[in-house]
Amino acid sequence: MSTSTTLEAPNTGTWDGGNEPLKASYGKLMMWFFLLSDAFTFGSFLIVYGLSRHSHMPYTGKVEDFYFSTEWWPIPEKVFNAFPGLHGMDLPLAFVALMTMILILSSVTMVLAVEAGHRMDKNDVQKWLLWTILFGSIFLGCQAWEWAHFITGDDKGMLLADGTTVFGANLTVNQYGPPLFADLFFFITGFHGTHVFSGVILLIMVFINTVNGVYHKRGHYEMVEKVGLYWHFVDLVWVFVFTFFYLI
Amino acid sequence: MATHHEQDFTASGDIPKPQTKWIWKTFFILVGLTAVEFLFAFTMDAGTLRNAIFIILTIFKAFYIVAEFMHLKHEAKALIWSILLPLALVAWLMVALLAEGSYYYDSITNYFK
Repeated sequence: MSTSTTLEAPNTGTWDGGNEPLKASYGKLMMWFFLLSDAFTFGSFLIVYGLSRHSHMPYTGKVEDFYFSTEWWPIPEKVFNAFPGLHGMDLPLAFVALMTMILILSSVTMVLAVEAGHRMDKNDVQKWLLWTILFGSIFLGCQAWEWAHFITGDDKGMLLADGTTVFGANLTVNQYGPPLFADLFFFITGFHGTHVFSGVILLIMVFINTVNGVYHKRGHYEMVEKVGLYWHFVDLVWVFVFTFFYLI
Repeated sequence: MATHHEQDFTASGDIPKPQTKWIWKTFFILVGLTAVEFLFAFTMDAGTLRNAIFIILTIFKAFYIVAEFMHLKHEAKALIWSILLPLALVAWLMVALLAEGSYYYDSITNYFK
């Protein structure tokens, strides 16, 4: 190597390479742009939801007199009013409120894990990652229950014009309203649930690496940050799903 | 990565104290906004105004998640804009598609009867 005596002075401009013009590492940038593209995907779902909903009649009568019919789009709080263990009680949006709380809490424990990573506090990172995995798994369990209840239906069902009664929901017919309502429920919450599931898998992988001291040896916990970005995005999507599917 | 150097942290036992005040503050803001949403859901009749309130509160929640939890507020300006500008365009696209799609649907259902 002693022969290479004529080294040129390196270019040190912003875009000459070897530096970070956006003050963020390659991995973090790519996570941001992946999340941006994922936002496009969920945006398209919301467009489909809005158009499908708009192409059906809204319910125009009094809220107290509401009943399920394929004639109109159902009122969400009349559909999602069940709670595990409290059979037959009308608790509008109670369970989904619990799920929202769990997901926001999991977001908080995720930030705490990232914060602990900045301080190179391995024990704290492990602790908060475990909490996040726990809350994420609980959320998935809640969603499994929600789906099971949605598919099974309530005791009343919906009387069809031909005299038969429909209970619960599948992709072609459901007791809550037009077929598209159940289809979009499965599609949108299912896609979000898949994201949560992938997130939990990623968190478990990062947790194992943390326990093994991989990031400590590397000198930084950036991988926790990157998975954290993904996890917050999942929370963010839920905020929108919650508003557009359950509230409006 | 150029900015990260191999360091032996195991030798030094002093780990800084956690600074978590801002995290819990953001958490309580998010919980508060969700509580307000539920308040409106149960006390106000459905309508355009209520939907508008829901959407505005949702955008506030999204702001706190992205700005604080995802730390975007504290990133470089160029990074902030390269995320926000495409999102703003997509929001515009969504509004436009919803408006035009409704019109298109009305056209094919009413004009070709």
